[in-house]
Amino acid sequence: MAGQMTATGAGRGQLDARFRYHRAGASRGRFELVVDFCIHPGLTILFGPSGAGKSTLLDCIAGLLKPAAARIELNGEALQDSAVDIFLPPQRRHLAYLFQEPALFPHLTVEQNVSFGLFRANEDQRVGRVQDLLSAFRVEHLAHRKPAEISGGEAQRIALARALAPAPRAVLLDEPLKGMDAELKAAIVDDLRSWNKVRQLPILYVTHQRDEVDALGERVIAMDRGQIVAQGAPHTVLDAPRKKRVAYAAGFENHLSAVIQDIRETDGVMRARLAGSETELELPLGYAAVGNRVHIAIRAGDILLAVRRPEGLSARNILEGTLASLERTGTSVVCRVNAGAVFLVHVTPGAVRSLELAAGQRVWLVIKTHSCHLVED
Amino acid sequence: MEALWLSVRLAVLVVAILLVAAVPLAYWLSQTAWRGKFLVESVISLPLVLPPTVLGFYLLVAMGANGLLGKLWLDWFGHTLAFTFTGLVVASLLYSLPFAVQPLVLAFESVDPQLLAAAAVLGASRWRAFRKVLLPLSVPGIVTAAVLIFAHTLGEFGVVLMVGGNIPGVTRTVSIDIYDHVQSLDYAAANRMAVALLLISFAVLSTIYAMNRRVWSPWPGR
Repeated sequence: MAGQMTATGAGRGQLDARFRYHRAGASRGRFELVVDFCIHPGLTILFGPSGAGKSTLLDCIAGLLKPAAARIELNGEALQDSAVDIFLPPQRRHLAYLFQEPALFPHLTVEQNVSFGLFRANEDQRVGRVQDLLSAFRVEHLAHRKPAEISGGEAQRIALARALAPAPRAVLLDEPLKGMDAELKAAIVDDLRSWNKVRQLPILYVTHQRDEVDALGERVIAMDRGQIVAQGAPHTVLDAPRKKRVAYAAGFENHLSAVIQDIRETDGVMRARLAGSETELELPLGYAAVGNRVHIAIRAGDILLAVRRPEGLSARNILEGTLASLERTGTSVVCRVNAGAVFLVHVTPGAVRSLELAAGQRVWLVIKTHSCHLVED
Repeated sequence: MEALWLSVRLAVLVVAILLVAAVPLAYWLSQTAWRGKFLVESVISLPLVLPPTVLGFYLLVAMGANGLLGKLWLDWFGHTLAFTFTGLVVASLLYSLPFAVQPLVLAFESVDPQLLAAAAVLGASRWRAFRKVLLPLSVPGIVTAAVLIFAHTLGEFGVVLMVGGNIPGVTRTVSIDIYDHVQSLDYAAANRMAVALLLISFAVLSTIYAMNRRVWSPWPGR
């Protein structure tokens, strides 16, 4: 893909951004955003917990905020370059930016909303473009409605059509599908992907939801506290997080502090003892030396629960413990197990019934070596 | 009825001029982050708290032959502003300024800033965003401002008496006419005028309240 792009012109369909944005504000607290990244044609996910600075980052790229020190380039052209005092206002950046809320103009019809950005086109072009977009996002039948008369999902489709109408050069989406069910989300993203097939624009999609990264991601940039902490393919960034904060955000419920006991390079594993207990865990080889304090992240869903000591398993970590409590959350049950440290384990309500799990019971935890992830602070 | 007609003419003129003048002022106030903004707001709101006679007194001094405004007017038109219909218009503009600016600022500020951000990202200049988004969404506020200016100008007394005096057909407005009739113990004539003013005021206020409940809103509830 990269080679093909270079052939049609250096830096086509590419957004490069390097900037520092500082907010001193007393009410919302000090905040500093320092980023350096590059996105290519296709969908890139910007992932991070709330408050990581994701929306601020998009505002800076769109020109709604002005970072102090910045070099932001689109297709090789500067949108902002503080070194030579270039700052294009949002009006001249030609980006599509979809907010968390549809922000449709309430006094205009759906059709008028979508054609809002097309004031430079002539009447025929405008009508044609609006028709194309309304049908691309399956909302033709709403053309003459007012925003107050349509559903949230429809409104967001229309907002997307409106944002894409003026032929943008890149697309910014700020958790646009928040609160929508997975099926609806997938349908809208599919429509966006097919719209982008011929255009090959860089699309930056912000989310704090892990399931969206899995469903949509080609490439992910993980952010926390105003900094980019990891980037790459989703499974390398989020399934094996190297930073503790990414692990939190990516849904690793268990975070254990441990000290490395010994390293067996030939087996590709090392053993670590949990802080304040005799319990030991085997984990894959990582950058650590004997005696180092490390953090281990384990998904609650990656731990098996047994009511008798299991035998004949390939899993290397079998810990004995006490079931401290059970708590039903939605469709799963969160078990707190005391086994040297407190482990959170997700099981199904059906499993709770058939194993007759109850607080105070003796249980065994089964954890595969490769479910234990070494993370940095 | 000459006085009523004069008052209506004055009020319509003041509404027209004030809306044109107050819209940019209110827009600026609603968008600016300037720290000295409160000073401008205070000056605009002065007529709300100042006794009309104080405002009228200073205007009279300014419009007189020795006042700055009066001198300029005298040089250009050969007469001073005081005790003329034009002088009355100028005085009413200042007197009703807060009634124009405040509802407009409120209307502009209550438009979701995200809509303006969306317009900007879609390539709309500030002017286009103002015309196509901010202004249409502020219609109820604009109507409120117009109605308030109209009613306020119609009912003013102190400022008019100070600046305009009591010249029939030139500066004798409804409220002065009523005062005049009472002074001469013609209660029947005073009552006719008072009833007319009462009815107009009621019509005006019910219009505002109906607008605010969106009884006649140009678009369905959001």
